[in-house]
Amino acid sequence: MKGSGLLTGAAALGIGLIVLAAGLWAAGFDAPAALAALWRGAFGSWYAFTSGTLVRSVPLIIIGLGIAVAFRANALNIGAEGQFYAGAIAATWAGLHLGGVPSVIAIPAVWLAAAAAGTMWIALPVWLRVRFGVLEVISTLLLNFVAESLVSWMVQGPLQEAKRIYPQSDPIAETARLPLVPGTRLHLGLLVGLGLALALWFVFRRTVWGFELLATGTGPRAASVSGRIRVGRVIAFALLWSGAFAGLAGGIEVGGVSYALFQNLSPGYGFTAIAVALLARLRPLAIVATGILFGALESGAGAMQRDAGIPAVAVFVVEGVIILVLLLVEATVRRARTTVALPDPPPEAA
Amino acid sequence: MTLGLDAGALVGFLAASVRVATPLLFAAIGETVTERAGVINLGLEGAMLAGALGSALGAGAGAWSGVAVGTLAGAAVAAVFAGWVVGARVNQIIAGTAVTLACVGLTGTIYRQAFGAGGAGLSLPTLGPVPVPGLSRIPVIGPALFAQPMLTYLALAIVPLVWWVLYRTRIGLALRATGEAGPLALAAGVPVRALRFWATVFGGALAGLGGASLVLAQVGTFTENMTAGRGYIAIAIVVLGRWHPGGVTLAALLFGAATALQFLFQALGLAVPYQFFLMLPYVLTLLALAGAVGRVQAPAGLAKDD
Amino acid sequence: MTVPALELRGIVKRFGPVQALRGADFTLRAGEVHALLGENGAGKSTLMHVAYGLLRPDAGTIVVRGRTVMPRSPRDARRLGIGMVHQHFTSVPALTVAENIALTAGWGLSPRALRERVLALTSRVGLPLDPDARADTLPVAAKQRLEIVKALAADATILLLDEPTAVLAPSEADEVIRVIRGFATEGGSAVLITHKLDEALRAADRVTALRAGRVTLTGVAAEQTPESLARAMIGSDPPSRRGPARRAVTEQPVLVRCEMLDLSREDGRGIAIRGASLAIGAGEIVGVAAVEGNGQRELLRAVGGLVRPLRGRLDVSGPVAFIPEDRTSEGLIGELALTDNVVLGLGRTAPWVHSALIDWNAARQRTAAIIREFGIRTPGPDTPAGVLSGGNQQKVVIARALELLPRVIVAENPTRGLDVLAAADVWDRLAAAAVAGAAVLVHATDLDELLDRVDRTLVVAQGIVTPAPDGAGKTEVGAMMLGARGSLPA
Repeated sequence: MKGSGLLTGAAALGIGLIVLAAGLWAAGFDAPAALAALWRGAFGSWYAFTSGTLVRSVPLIIIGLGIAVAFRANALNIGAEGQFYAGAIAATWAGLHLGGVPSVIAIPAVWLAAAAAGTMWIALPVWLRVRFGVLEVISTLLLNFVAESLVSWMVQGPLQEAKRIYPQSDPIAETARLPLVPGTRLHLGLLVGLGLALALWFVFRRTVWGFELLATGTGPRAASVSGRIRVGRVIAFALLWSGAFAGLAGGIEVGGVSYALFQNLSPGYGFTAIAVALLARLRPLAIVATGILFGALESGAGAMQRDAGIPAVAVFVVEGVIILVLLLVEATVRRARTTVALPDPPPEAA
Repeated sequence: MTLGLDAGALVGFLAASVRVATPLLFAAIGETVTERAGVINLGLEGAMLAGALGSALGAGAGAWSGVAVGTLAGAAVAAVFAGWVVGARVNQIIAGTAVTLACVGLTGTIYRQAFGAGGAGLSLPTLGPVPVPGLSRIPVIGPALFAQPMLTYLALAIVPLVWWVLYRTRIGLALRATGEAGPLALAAGVPVRALRFWATVFGGALAGLGGASLVLAQVGTFTENMTAGRGYIAIAIVVLGRWHPGGVTLAALLFGAATALQFLFQALGLAVPYQFFLMLPYVLTLLALAGAVGRVQAPAGLAKDD
Repeated sequence: MTVPALELRGIVKRFGPVQALRGADFTLRAGEVHALLGENGAGKSTLMHVAYGLLRPDAGTIVVRGRTVMPRSPRDARRLGIGMVHQHFTSVPALTVAENIALTAGWGLSPRALRERVLALTSRVGLPLDPDARADTLPVAAKQRLEIVKALAADATILLLDEPTAVLAPSEADEVIRVIRGFATEGGSAVLITHKLDEALRAADRVTALRAGRVTLTGVAAEQTPESLARAMIGSDPPSRRGPARRAVTEQPVLVRCEMLDLSREDGRGIAIRGASLAIGAGEIVGVAAVEGNGQRELLRAVGGLVRPLRGRLDVSGPVAFIPEDRTSEGLIGELALTDNVVLGLGRTAPWVHSALIDWNAARQRTAAIIREFGIRTPGPDTPAGVLSGGNQQKVVIARALELLPRVIVAENPTRGLDVLAAADVWDRLAAAAVAGAAVLVHATDLDELLDRVDRTLVVAQGIVTPAPDGAGKTEVGAMMLGARGSLPA
């Protein structure tokens, strides 16, 4: 079972890369050179791996874990991008005001602010769903665009640097920045991601709440009638946690990588993380692996753009194809399973 | 409007509302048909984007050939999506997100390859306003509503056509039955899967047309990711319009007006950061959704994989 | 003698490893009503689905009015003059009566013409319907009328009816039977699938019984008795319907008590139950008789603790076990393993839950024990629940409910879709729980079955709960279900 999942994932990745190569070739690019650049940027050196791949994997892992919480309850949070930005704004604001505060306090304070902001950002969709039945898919999506405009205003308004030249904030206090692995740009955030993955693994596997998420996601009516689970509550909390994870990722990105707020801080991490979580089949430990994989893709894409002149957005194609292939495989497996499990004649319930 | 607003600003506001609403109306009317068949297509954003780029590429041979290429591009994207959700019955939300993601990457890559790394403004042949003889001479309303590009008139003509098909033809009845209860429609002899597929492709074609009208009749150029969520907004508009062609048209126009408010406010000299105007349509959509949902039921079979 | 309307010869149909039909022969003569009898799973519906083009047989021939045919779809079948009334309602809820008829019959949609056409049809067959009413707003009896009108709309001469009276009150069932008889009198031919023996004997000219995919009896209805039919269906004498004798009902202490209880309808539109007062004691099995949509669902769900009362008092001693009608969507999660489903049903108070942590080994072992104790046929506790047959799924649901050691058990149609032996097992388990001191509140659509097995009966009609008089028979209870009699509760 686990082996077949790995195989499926590898096949999906392979197909994604083949589609990319074919597309680049068809568009007249030098496909082999592009793939070589992709590899160099991802795994070509210790520095590329730690400072490129792993650094980019941190937000993907953390957001991906949050997506897994929501998706497990079949609550589709497509707004992680917005929650990430909300977290980044709050982290920047907190980080700017924490000068002189020791790191042991400043860093957690930044995280807390970021996670709280992410939670608040998704609170509106949660409320709209609970109170009015508005699909969270649409509401979380729409808020992504609001968040982007909000960042744009922040960096040209209240949070703009003192010099008021560039649309970006001043750098946050030194003490609010995350410690780095010497000689690299890899920061403490990776450990946070690993810790959260382990915690979530335990929650999913052993706790009543983890089981309630699964039951709500796979059979909401049975969960509510036979399990007496308050399905609406489970979904609401799953979404709120999901927002907190994405917000935290935004805070960690500011504290560990950018040290400041600016537009386009995220190259679509909130969307890529959906692919990360799905490829891992929502399993927390597997999300670490797929997060690193997609971190490699993102990092490699940067090298591809620099060295082979291929737009970095091309990796979105790979991500989209990977999701589509996985969906296809899962649908096929599901079909095969239900065909075996059909002793009763189809339309006849008797 | 006691703030000393002149007629010129009002005309500008109304005309802008209709102009902004046109691409959304195309996409939303198409999505109405798609959702009436029980499919929710989050790949609509991707289809619209593909339509926009397609129209930019095709416009080399004239604006109307751009329109045709854009429509086909949107239909092609929707056909891929439909293949997945109707053929393999995968989760529609996730498949739609993936399709849009791939389209963002694909259009970005193709655009840079075709037109260079950007920066230099792309200049395309555009579809100018075509005044309707007589009607366009009516004060205020005339220049605002009856001096629009052809594509706007086309969008407005499609609305009653879709209404007629949905409510007055057998295929429309079959389509509605499909969206409400796929298995029951199948039992009644309706070719459910074929209907879903083609309803989705139709929706994609109209989204492509919407993308084309954005490029050729509104902006006059293509930029990366230029649809900026209009496809998603179109989906919200379908909900606002309660899955009815008339309601959807009204919702699209309302949305256009909300977006065009910034021109009006600028004319009024209100000093509000422009980012808030950019947010306004999304926030208004959210608020409107809260008011609209619940009172009217979505097609009962929406997004179900049966 | 004339050519038969429909002949099915040597029909074989397999579903994976399951052989549903093993060479079944069936002849429907022109102008007759032919009852098709059999247990759940005997193949009655499968046989008719073959005739109606919903299923392709693996072997066998179909002859319609002397012509060998092979309908590939319901559309083909309708072209051959075959109409079908399915066991479950097949009307699209959000469409109107007229639209539903037009959809099935392929009629045009010009509003005025359609309306007149529908009115002409309904008055011709004698089943009145409002063409403009939405299908989901119709009462059950009208929904069933719509199903029949739809089947007749395309000028069917052969009508296949799959348990058309299952959800109706006795007098409503009589109306349907009358229409079917009238259809046959005018030259039509009808197959009436039923598992009600008296109905078969009363309505049909001839009967055919199926058992395990084979025909075990065909003959003139007048020459049969309920016993001969039952033997043909089951292969032996039926199990005692009364079940094992139970000791006298104690009725003390009272475990369920409600006073002047008002309940909202499930869809939130109006009142489902008005002013209900009742008490159920330990050891009692109380039946609820009602036609669907009269409020019995809300009453059971309120006692089961799933919905809150609108007004009034409701005291239920816990733990309460609730057995939902729809075991595949509300009882079990098909994708999840049996262990998960057992864990689901026992919630946070289960013995394997310690401070919000689940001991999966303990849960798995208990599930394995349940599988043994209840004789559930499955490879093991890790099997997805969706793979089990209906009877075994129901065993899981019941076993899980009893695992709670409930003081009150509420069951909605607990034997739906089960064969006679599996149904008897379910009733025996409920009776055993009552003997052990539980109060049982149970609704069953099949009135015969219900009245046979309960200590007393409450009738719910239009939201009013009325106790049926002691020893009230099916006719009397049936009349009360339609609100014909019965007074407001004291």
